Amino acid sequence: MTAKLILRKKEYEVKSGMSLLDALKKSNIVPESVIATRDGELITDDEILKDGDVIKLIAVISGGAG
Amino acid sequence: MKCRKCGGKASINMRQHRLALCKEHYLEWIPEQTERFIKKYRMFTKDEKILVAVSGGKDSLALWDILTRLGYQADGLYLALGIDGGIDYSDESHRLTEEFAQANNLKLHVVNMEQEYGYSIPTLSQVSHRGHGKPCAVCGLAKRHEMNRIARDLGYDVLATGHNLDDEAAVLFGNTLHWSAEYLLRQGPVLPESDGLARKVKPLCRFYEREMTAYAIARGIEYIYDECPFAEGSQQIFYKEALNQLETARPGSKLTFYTRFLEARQSGNLFIEKDIEHAHLHPCPQCGQPTSTPDLCSFCRMVEKAKTG
Repeated sequence: MTAKLILRKKEYEVKSGMSLLDALKKSNIVPESVIATRDGELITDDEILKDGDVIKLIAVISGGAG
Repeated sequence: MKCRKCGGKASINMRQHRLALCKEHYLEWIPEQTERFIKKYRMFTKDEKILVAVSGGKDSLALWDILTRLGYQADGLYLALGIDGGIDYSDESHRLTEEFAQANNLKLHVVNMEQEYGYSIPTLSQVSHRGHGKPCAVCGLAKRHEMNRIARDLGYDVLATGHNLDDEAAVLFGNTLHWSAEYLLRQGPVLPESDGLARKVKPLCRFYEREMTAYAIARGIEYIYDECPFAEGSQQIFYKEALNQLETARPGSKLTFYTRFLEARQSGNLFIEKDIEHAHLHPCPQCGQPTSTPDLCSFCRMVEKAKTG
């Protein structure tokens, strides 16, 4: 009974049934530094992760573009 | 979590505002707030011509999108810096910027540094021996120079950049750590026009970086996701990460840090040394210790208040 978090090319396996916020903390990901999407839709971090969920995390920090 | 406006499922929760919104209402809220800040800081009016510095990143493309939706006359400026980094960084960001401009029927000016001056930014950094082996200092200098030149040469009233609150808070944090008074006194949402310098504004300066990412995703803006290859390990990113740790533990810290700074700067009291010797102190009528508060000192007032329940 697991869910998966994907940040850049790294994958984190977490237990389902916990909130996304707890899953981020357990994976040592600073919640403020990412935006989470499931099937392309934005989700909030109180979302309870279900078995088989794949959560794509988008890093928000950028340092210059051009 | 529910949207405060419609009760539907929320797409984003902004802890610092205690506000959760669904996608639809979030896409309305961001432009509304941007308009509010444009007016609050008197950035520009609908009669003025705005040049938006676009890099292909989420913030500048989102800014261009928002200004256009709000009905401002906003054209874009893309500076081709010639950064490859093994990921065609500049070419890819240029492509995304061009696509955005075409899809939205917007006017985009492009300046290619190599064609204009004979050097890409990394090469210019090497030959000029500036920046201790990293081109970031040269890049910043060249961007400021070129953005100002184009804004003035083409008759724009104002130059707008996509700096968000995290960018501003990181700069503020760095300048505070070093007590760089001169820089602190210059930092703000608007840098007024002066001799030879175009007015510069930062309409997104009150939004967290996280909020701008969410806006770009919700709006379907395709932006360059990769960081600049030279940004890795940069001090600015380190400060941003540190501030995000703080924000996670204490929601609203970044916002307070920045907005209280702006208030202090505007009040004119930042770095003005108070004349402590001649401060208006008088003896507390109860305990006799010096106090600046009228009547009883703060301690005696607290004790009095405690006694009276």
